Amino acid sequence: MTTRLFGSRVLRAEDRRLLLGGGQYLDDLGHDAYAAAFVRSPHGHAQVLSIDIGDAFDVDGLIAIYTHEDLPGAVGERLPLLIPHPSIVAGLTGYALAKEVVHHVGEPVVMVVARDRYLAEDICDRITVQYEPLQTVVGIETARDGKYLVHPEAPGNIAAHLIQSVGDADAAIDNSPHTLELDLAIERSASTPLEGRGAYARWNSSEGSLRLYSSTQNSAGVRAAVASKLGLPLNKVHCIAPDVGGGFGVKLVHPSPEELLVSWTAITLDHEVKWTEDRREHFVSSAHERAQVQKVRVGFDDDGRLLGLAVQIWHDNGSYLPYGVIVPIITSTQLLGPYKLGAYSVEFWSLYTNTVIVTPYRGAGRPQGVYLMERTMDAIADHLGKDRVDVRQANFIRPEEMPYDRHMIFQDGRPLIYDSGDFPASMAKLKALVGWEDFEDYREQARSAGRRVGIGIGCYVEGTGVGPYEGGHVQVESSGKVIVSTGLTSQGQGHQTVLAQIVADELGVPFDDVTVTTGDSRRMGYSVGTFGSRTAVMSGNAVAFAAQNVRKKALRIAGDALEIDPGDLEIEDGVVRVKGSPEVSMSLATVSVLSNPLRYAFDDASKAATQFVVADLSKPPVADDDEPGLESRDFYSPKQSTFANGMHAVVVETDPETAEIKILRYCVVHDCGSIINPMIVEGQIHGGVAQGVGGALYERMAYDEFGQLLNASFMDFLMPYATEMPPEIEIDHLETPSPLNPLGIKGAGEAGVIPGSAVFASAIEDAEGFRISSMPISPSDLFHLRQRFAAGEIPPLRRRTAPDVVQFATPKDSPS
Amino acid sequence: MTDANEPEQVFDITLSVNGVVRPVTVPARRLLSDCLRHDLRLTGTHVGCEHGVCGACTVIIDGEPMRSCLMFAVSATDMEITTVEGLAGSDDSYNPVQQAFAECHALQCGFCTPGFLTTISAFLDRNPAPTRDEALGAVSGNLCRCTGYQNIVAAVIRAAEIHAESGPAGEVLP
Repeated sequence: MTTRLFGSRVLRAEDRRLLLGGGQYLDDLGHDAYAAAFVRSPHGHAQVLSIDIGDAFDVDGLIAIYTHEDLPGAVGERLPLLIPHPSIVAGLTGYALAKEVVHHVGEPVVMVVARDRYLAEDICDRITVQYEPLQTVVGIETARDGKYLVHPEAPGNIAAHLIQSVGDADAAIDNSPHTLELDLAIERSASTPLEGRGAYARWNSSEGSLRLYSSTQNSAGVRAAVASKLGLPLNKVHCIAPDVGGGFGVKLVHPSPEELLVSWTAITLDHEVKWTEDRREHFVSSAHERAQVQKVRVGFDDDGRLLGLAVQIWHDNGSYLPYGVIVPIITSTQLLGPYKLGAYSVEFWSLYTNTVIVTPYRGAGRPQGVYLMERTMDAIADHLGKDRVDVRQANFIRPEEMPYDRHMIFQDGRPLIYDSGDFPASMAKLKALVGWEDFEDYREQARSAGRRVGIGIGCYVEGTGVGPYEGGHVQVESSGKVIVSTGLTSQGQGHQTVLAQIVADELGVPFDDVTVTTGDSRRMGYSVGTFGSRTAVMSGNAVAFAAQNVRKKALRIAGDALEIDPGDLEIEDGVVRVKGSPEVSMSLATVSVLSNPLRYAFDDASKAATQFVVADLSKPPVADDDEPGLESRDFYSPKQSTFANGMHAVVVETDPETAEIKILRYCVVHDCGSIINPMIVEGQIHGGVAQGVGGALYERMAYDEFGQLLNASFMDFLMPYATEMPPEIEIDHLETPSPLNPLGIKGAGEAGVIPGSAVFASAIEDAEGFRISSMPISPSDLFHLRQRFAAGEIPPLRRRTAPDVVQFATPKDSPS
Repeated sequence: MTDANEPEQVFDITLSVNGVVRPVTVPARRLLSDCLRHDLRLTGTHVGCEHGVCGACTVIIDGEPMRSCLMFAVSATDMEITTVEGLAGSDDSYNPVQQAFAECHALQCGFCTPGFLTTISAFLDRNPAPTRDEALGAVSGNLCRCTGYQNIVAAVIRAAEIHAESGPAGEVLP
């Protein structure tokens, strides 16, 4: 029996090309294309009065200049609202080029096409746009206030308002033995992949066909949206995601203004056109996430069991709403975590501000929800004087209660029902991994050495593998090589490796014989896209189905040729053979040849399939219910999402003098069901944790009141370097397979980042002795909180009211 | 910005890249990164920020890792430039750093990877047996958004081991 690849640390099929410098990213294509550049709004909110081209027309190398007035028909209409939802009361999207009013700094106003990018930017500099600045709305407080409006069509700046409830939360809280209220805030961050966005279009005027390359997470969506906007038949438009240098969500919205405009100008100019986003453009014109203000009211019993929870969320969606309200819906449904609740109500308002749009960034609303719930759990534990783990355990859904119906509607419009998980077992693993029981001893040792340490925990449940579907195509070529395609795209997650592992196992072929293509609409036109930790679940099962079909067909054809019952055959290492008599065999290459009856021979292999060689005259060459070729296309479409989960713990040290926050240990217990490749899952966790560290301690979008983003560069937006990471991310896995799909997979892509802000807030609070209710937190923030704490403006945690501890927690009294 | 509406003045220069002398005609302002990528079509060198912070565009110039987005092509004449395409052996066999990156899963999307490979290769030439802290220091000027760096630091150590087992960086491995 060949070693099963599923579950093995198979090295990545992607790496060789990338390590040798042979990757093909968007800007590596189209060297002869015209270059596009954009004049973008310098104002957060302004009326466009006039656009003066000046002497731009004189610049050698200019090809074309476009403003909104030049855009024909649907190209000049609003971009689509991709995910409509009944809660949306004012769903406004932008234009490819601003029409009359700009709503955020960075919004494209003029498009310039020139012979190269340097010249295109020269020309942009010569174009003068006159603006009449309008009142800007920046930040949730200002938006909520509603005095000034981002869009006149959205009174109160409200884009959407939704209430979901289970039972009567207010009554349950009012009748609880204990109640607490929390006000929480979390700031903006962003995906910031190392490669920005980009689009490159080639128009074939004789065919009337468009080929668009885009650094996108959703080539199928881009294709459909661009075809629709341009009025082209879908079969005349193809979209290909080449190598993509990271996504994390920001490359999901489609079409971007630039994707549409590059496509349209390639047709208009009958010439290749390319746009490659630069870093500043990425900061001010792509997308951000995370900012919310939250209000929590909770009622609980003496053991800390939740009896009622009422949540209000104000969510900053930026200037437009192209991706609908997926992010706040996920926050409001996923904050429930691994806990049983009594009654629950959540109300959110999604608010417009004069800032870059907010669309999913890895975690997609979950980090905020987990932050809310875990802050609440810590507050309950502190209120009751109980261990933080004990309070969580008192609320855990038990494994025997799975599947667990939350009686809510999830982001896919389907019931929110947890399919699997063993939360007590996960917590037991985490306690053992981090040494929870020994931490107080460690704290004492540290304290006696003048050091201040704290430990935090955070638990989450993550809906993964949302539908509607993905497809897989598997073909055995006459060489015996296996080519596989799925429509969703890759941004570094190792899809080519894990999907090849699955196909190699299902089909019985060597891993190296399998080649996987993703995100190319020419190979697989039907696809939903890459987001929400869905590839392994969706495409993994789809390619498994297709490979099983191919296997079945191969056994039938080989059985006919060898005159043996297919049930007595097996496939090992690319060879169909008789079980127990492996010398009677036929290679899959030969089976592939036989699967396609031929009239003409063009090589030795094809000769074997010609009509005078293969001639069972009793049957047609291809049976009525059959097709030529050893290939199959199949789809996986689940009834609902599957739910992964995990628990993190972090140990931090906070400097008593400088308030510097140092990560001593970071521990992860993770349950993504059956693991295809532990090396890749751990890599996903590492990267997610790094984004969690960034979001909790370093990253924020520093908008001023006029909507200027003051830190729109890697110099000022503090993305973690290697030195900001803990020495090791310690990982333990729990595998509770999902019963919802044959492979038992749950998603893993977003897990690492989800409890980031929750777990750091918990640990810093534990170190400092006062509540942390706003994230991210910098040393400067912490220093100022200490001053306020010392001044008595912030109450101590109840567990820190022992006199020595209070003394310890105040900066002026800290041991020196 | 161009001063006049005339075509830009260009310069005929030669660059020595990966041991090959390459003539190229560029305007004075052409960044070395753009020249390598778009004029010489060596697209393995990537541009992540164009302000010298991310390190994705790092190439080795006269033995030193340098950010090619902060240099003009015309400034790089008479210098020996090694890009990611020049790290492997003549038969595309990995150098120890590339080998270690594959073994340690030190890359995901691969966009920042060329900058790490050049930085680390130059570092190990100077310090072939680094401590973990030295390895961490060597990679702490490059940004990666995918890996969380743990496997990259491990790959520096592993590359040093491979280096010790099979000879200096750049030498052909089986």
